[in-house]
Amino acid sequence: MSAASARTARDTSLAAPRSAGGRMHGGLRLDAHKQRSTRRSLRPASLSDTYVLPLDQHVGPPATSRVRPGEYVLMGQVIGETAGAWLHSPVSGIVKAIELRPAAQHLGAPTLSIVIANDGRDQRSEDETGRSFEQYSPRELCEHIARGGIVGLGGGAFPTASKLLGTPVHTRGVMNHETPADVDGVTRLLLNAVECEPYISCDDMLLREHARDVLLGARILMHAIGAEQCTIVLEDDTPQAQQALCSALAETADGRIRIMSVPSRYPAGSERQLIDAIFGVEVPFDGLPTDVGVICQNVGTAAAIARWLRDGEPLIRRIVTVTGDGIMEPANLEVRLGTPIAALIEDCGGYTPRMSRLIMGGSMMGIALPHDALPVIKASQCIIAASTLDLQPRSTEMPCIRCGDCAQVCPARLLPQQLHWHAHAGDLDALERHGLMDCIECGCCDYVCPSQIPLVESFRDSKPALARAQMQSRDAAAARTRFEARNTRLARLEAEHRARLAAKRRRPGEPRPE
Amino acid sequence: MPGWLRNAGAPASRVPNDSSRCMPAAATTPAGGTHSGLAGSRYVDAIGHAAPAMTFDTAAPPHVVAPNRVGRVMRTVLYALVPAVLVHVACFGVGLLLQILLGAVTALSCEALALKLRGKPLAPFLGDGSAILTAVLLALCLPPLAPWWLIVTGTAFAVLLAKHAYGGLGRNLFNPAMAGYAILLVSFPVQLMQWPSPQLASHGIDRAMEQELFQLSLPETLGTIVTGTLPQRLSWDAITSPTPLTALQENLKRGMTMDESHALANADQSGVNAWRWINLAVLAGGVWLLAARIIRWHIPVAMLGAIAVCASIMSAFDPGAYAGPMFHLTSGASLLGAFFIATDPVSAATSNRGRLIYAAGIGVLTYAIRTWGGHPDGVAFAVLLMNLSVPLIDRFTIPRIHGHAR
Repeated sequence: MSAASARTARDTSLAAPRSAGGRMHGGLRLDAHKQRSTRRSLRPASLSDTYVLPLDQHVGPPATSRVRPGEYVLMGQVIGETAGAWLHSPVSGIVKAIELRPAAQHLGAPTLSIVIANDGRDQRSEDETGRSFEQYSPRELCEHIARGGIVGLGGGAFPTASKLLGTPVHTRGVMNHETPADVDGVTRLLLNAVECEPYISCDDMLLREHARDVLLGARILMHAIGAEQCTIVLEDDTPQAQQALCSALAETADGRIRIMSVPSRYPAGSERQLIDAIFGVEVPFDGLPTDVGVICQNVGTAAAIARWLRDGEPLIRRIVTVTGDGIMEPANLEVRLGTPIAALIEDCGGYTPRMSRLIMGGSMMGIALPHDALPVIKASQCIIAASTLDLQPRSTEMPCIRCGDCAQVCPARLLPQQLHWHAHAGDLDALERHGLMDCIECGCCDYVCPSQIPLVESFRDSKPALARAQMQSRDAAAARTRFEARNTRLARLEAEHRARLAAKRRRPGEPRPE
Repeated sequence: MPGWLRNAGAPASRVPNDSSRCMPAAATTPAGGTHSGLAGSRYVDAIGHAAPAMTFDTAAPPHVVAPNRVGRVMRTVLYALVPAVLVHVACFGVGLLLQILLGAVTALSCEALALKLRGKPLAPFLGDGSAILTAVLLALCLPPLAPWWLIVTGTAFAVLLAKHAYGGLGRNLFNPAMAGYAILLVSFPVQLMQWPSPQLASHGIDRAMEQELFQLSLPETLGTIVTGTLPQRLSWDAITSPTPLTALQENLKRGMTMDESHALANADQSGVNAWRWINLAVLAGGVWLLAARIIRWHIPVAMLGAIAVCASIMSAFDPGAYAGPMFHLTSGASLLGAFFIATDPVSAATSNRGRLIYAAGIGVLTYAIRTWGGHPDGVAFAVLLMNLSVPLIDRFTIPRIHGHAR
């Protein structure tokens, strides 16, 4: 893995390759299993006694706690701060502890969390009201969105403000390097309501019930990034959401917003795949959507932004789909962050006797939770209480017969069978050549594999090693450049020194060398 | 299994191994019990939920996979061969079934032996059907009355050396059936030439009576295969006739033109027809495989296309000396090769583009060997030669990854 070749690849890629068809490569047509949870209308979840808020429930460095145990907090009060997205108390009450608590995003491993005992009065904090979003400058608006704790609610939990500002998340402190105007070319906003994963229906329900919030959020986001155009994308099998959105749009009469639908095909809702399908542009492998002039946000995020700007309510609740054959009354609930999953389950009538696996997320990419005493976080779009009817586990793993079905369904156009082979052999060079880092871990290859090989798992395991190797080779290249520059510099200084000495030693009257 | 779990009405679920890290055993208090005084009780208490946490099995995503199996793939291919086998039996008698039986038994025993030696589990690999498929493909390529040791040697070579010496299922560089056939072809060419005349019912009472005479019953066929000698009333010369490809090669060698050779072949309608029928059945099976999405179009189309293009060019160049595309497509193992042999995924190229190149290479080589080589048919050698070039093809046909420049 020579650094030079990596460098050239990087340079050429920035020319944003155009896709020919604008249609996603591969993908799967899966049973959606969504009717089960969309039969009942959206309702707020009943309140719990205690809320647990992990400080690292977003991408990037964890938030720093701003409260102390024993302190009284108001609903919506800031309890944690970080560069990208702040953290707020979902209820009013007493901070009981700041301690290690098992967290869903770490598969039940403990992480530092703020525990708040609910006093049941929902006393609101009184700040952050009055200004309409047009009164903010785009940059102020982005910072305000960060203060509202808004992160991507499509499951990624990427801080929205960081995305809007185009700054890397790992930048500590206030976002200061670029103003939104510097992100040149960003003129298109893409609102993603494509819940391609089976079971998840929270965006569908959100659009059915709160389409106006989404549209307001769209207008705020367009203001924040200076976009001229906004495209809201839905799946073509959500007619009710589409209808609700269309009528809300007719009310708003904002000509800059358009609605599009894509065939429901997994993983059409993946950011890069969706941008390709809608705009016919491929996001460079080492770039961000902003590199091709697009900013993509989930519709839930847009609605959260609308509530924050309009009502002053920060991100303290989200819609969670609770579904599966293992739950009595599947439904979509508006859940305060930090609610224990067990309480949600109880809210939906409890488990059925067939219940066998608890999944956070969809059935393709969701993580299986070891137990249900874990809090709902900003990234929890869906809780599947899966029975054996929902699950189709793998049978005995057989050797790869290189049938190539995986390559046919891979939306990133990878060759999973080759990746599997090289991952098995630990050949990092070949893994890089075959684009291991471009794997989006959608699981399509796993799904079709006749040999029942856990491909994605092995790719996920191989990625850190490759990332390390890439970083090492990059570091080595940088060190080499530094070393060579130093040698050149020393040689130059030496030459200058000699030249000076020679000039000094020159006897008077002797002709100059030149 | 703690008592509360059973009481809670949960299905039998195992406490995950790492649960002790985040959920101390004491946290799971007995059903209805209080948690005060227990080390882990604070946790259950603090979560604000009266009932203790339910624990579940975990697994890596995806949680749903298609019920697809290697065995299913191989079995579908076997089913697709059924029409060809039936037509073959109708044309040449029950010999093929006996060959398949011999081959399958040999293949399974060799597979079991190899698995045993390699210390692998027997059940999943014996059940995957790949060894039987190898045997059936090889049997289809051998004359139905060939002596028993031919198929046994070929299959044993295919399974033991071509497959397991390279690492077993999924790792063989060469197509096992074709490797077995090639070794038989170079070692025992005479036996491989002894194709009986087809028994297809044809015109004329004389012919019918003649066929009656020549037709072998099941015991006679068995005897022939086991002993290697025909019943007394028959001789090899009387019952064998060259396959269309062999006949053409010999006729051309004797200085006949293409038209004369075709005229001669057409005089003996049943021979040509039998092969056409078998190939038609192979085609039907192949199309079914395409429809069932077991194979994709790239390999058959590229291979047959390459043969057709080569044959068209050469026959346009000199129609007297070179057979036309239809003859090449419908004779020999062109169709069997295109739909059942070259499509073996293990030894084929990986990407779609790679498969087009791979299969086109097979087509061109097949035509070249048939036309200018010493053997009447070239599919086996063409497949093996292209198997060799697969790593190279794979290296240069990695598809453009999403988000990467060309």
